[in-house]
Amino acid sequence: MERPLTANIRPGEPPLDIEGYERSGGYRAVRRALSELSPDDVLELVIDSGLRGRGGAGFPTGQKWRFMPRGDDAPRPRYLIANADEMEPGTFKDRLLLEGDPHQLIEGMILSAYAIGANVAYVFLRDEYRLAAETLRRAIAEATDRGFLGEHILGSEISLSLHLHTSAGRYICGEETALISALEGRRAIPRTKPPFPQLVGLWGKPTVVNNVETLCNVPHIVNNGAEWFRSLGLTSDSGTKLYGASGKVKRPGLWELPMGTPIRELLEEHAGGMRDGYRFRALLPGGASTDFLVEEHLDTPMDFESIQKVGSRLGTGTMIVLDDKTCPVAMLHNLEHFFAQESCGWCTPCRDGLPYVEHLLAAIDAGDGRPRDLALLEMHTRHLGPGRTFCAHAPGAMEPLQSGLRYFRDDFERHIAERRCPYR
Amino acid sequence: MLTPQETAEIEHELSQYERKRAACIDALKIVQRHRGWVSDEALHDIAELLEMPVDELDAVATFYNLIYRRPVGRHVVHLCDSVSCWLAGSDALAERIRERFGVRVGETDSEGRFTVLPIPCLGCCDRAPAMLVDGNLHVDLDPERLDETLERYG
Repeated sequence: MERPLTANIRPGEPPLDIEGYERSGGYRAVRRALSELSPDDVLELVIDSGLRGRGGAGFPTGQKWRFMPRGDDAPRPRYLIANADEMEPGTFKDRLLLEGDPHQLIEGMILSAYAIGANVAYVFLRDEYRLAAETLRRAIAEATDRGFLGEHILGSEISLSLHLHTSAGRYICGEETALISALEGRRAIPRTKPPFPQLVGLWGKPTVVNNVETLCNVPHIVNNGAEWFRSLGLTSDSGTKLYGASGKVKRPGLWELPMGTPIRELLEEHAGGMRDGYRFRALLPGGASTDFLVEEHLDTPMDFESIQKVGSRLGTGTMIVLDDKTCPVAMLHNLEHFFAQESCGWCTPCRDGLPYVEHLLAAIDAGDGRPRDLALLEMHTRHLGPGRTFCAHAPGAMEPLQSGLRYFRDDFERHIAERRCPYR
Repeated sequence: MLTPQETAEIEHELSQYERKRAACIDALKIVQRHRGWVSDEALHDIAELLEMPVDELDAVATFYNLIYRRPVGRHVVHLCDSVSCWLAGSDALAERIRERFGVRVGETDSEGRFTVLPIPCLGCCDRAPAMLVDGNLHVDLDPERLDETLERYG
């Protein structure tokens, strides 16, 4: 089985330095692209590969790039930003790529910047990832010394300056327009779309924001071709995926596997099944802002389309498992506390609605819920849903809630009827 | 007044950005690294250096989990309270800190040794529960390991 993204990563060992990376075939894609391929060739390769964004939304990467203005009269400078603000609860996949193989990300960024005509790039990294920051700083310096970054890359006419920006901790910075506000030194509030960042982005200039895992796929697509990348997936979805599992499973962890690996294989084979004394109840397939799935969904392939068909989202592909001894109402209380706290406060439904949802869940969790609270919560799942808010934060927050109200109805009703949590 | 050292470090960051104010998060973190927190006076000085309105800088400073606009203890403990750590027993860690040091999440103990603050998902869900102490990551915690770890921060 091919594992291109993690081939160089040895858990517990430092990442390859630039010599080791080059020895294992690294920067070959950059050499080839700059000498043999035009930016449009790279763009077409990525479009044909079917690569979809690995940050959660799954938007086709090549399509995103294609919206960049092209030609000599297009505005300059143009920017590429790697979104390394990994903060979705239950998600720990980009950390592995950042700490484990920093040159893979840098090579992916050089190729992506080449395709979209960007000459300045940023890695937007969350401040809590200290080891990743040190690792990246060292790798950027090495790549600059070897002529892969800076002016006239490998003697060509292409230049790219790559900067590391460390943030100061706020979930909304992962939203691409909020990220741009943050990088400009403004309060990190999302912006209205359109105009999309590809036309009006960082400092008003054309900008593409891509997730770390997305960018790390690009060197492999350039080396091995679009057809190869498509063939890696088990379903119509391309490539491999870094999947993960946390919760009361025997072996929580991360695994690079073919896109479309069934949930059951992840849960039972790779995560080792549930810990002794615990039974499976439900899972969030791709972080806190995805709908719960239950037993009947376990044979679903973990890809964008299949997970959507059963009513959830692949999200980040790192699942959070709920067991039979943990109260689902308390879990939802924990999730909605997070969303209420991390709301940026810009639009009213999100700023005022999420704390109200949290308040209702806290009351039910504590045995103080009223029968009408369930209808109130359901009303909020509609009023904070898609189309009612400025960005995807509140609609994302409503995904586990709406499915939780459906799958854990009996638990909610018992909390209210018995005026206590039956799990305590 | 910013020290010459602080000013030099902030000015070094300016080269990465098109506009001065974009360095404001770096500037806040530089001052915090030297002084522990960002006072009103420091906020004014940074705003002046970066040629931006003080209230806009405060809107940035108060937005982030890791910028402290109030004094903190000698060590800052950020306890992850997101879902994977919660499933792994992070509530018991918060309770242990309260018992041992008499400090609840959001407070500083009476001796000024620890400030304990919540932090969303630290991205080590496979090694939960986790916390940061002065930026250093500690994983696979339980109440005993928590005690051992915190004892090392005097």
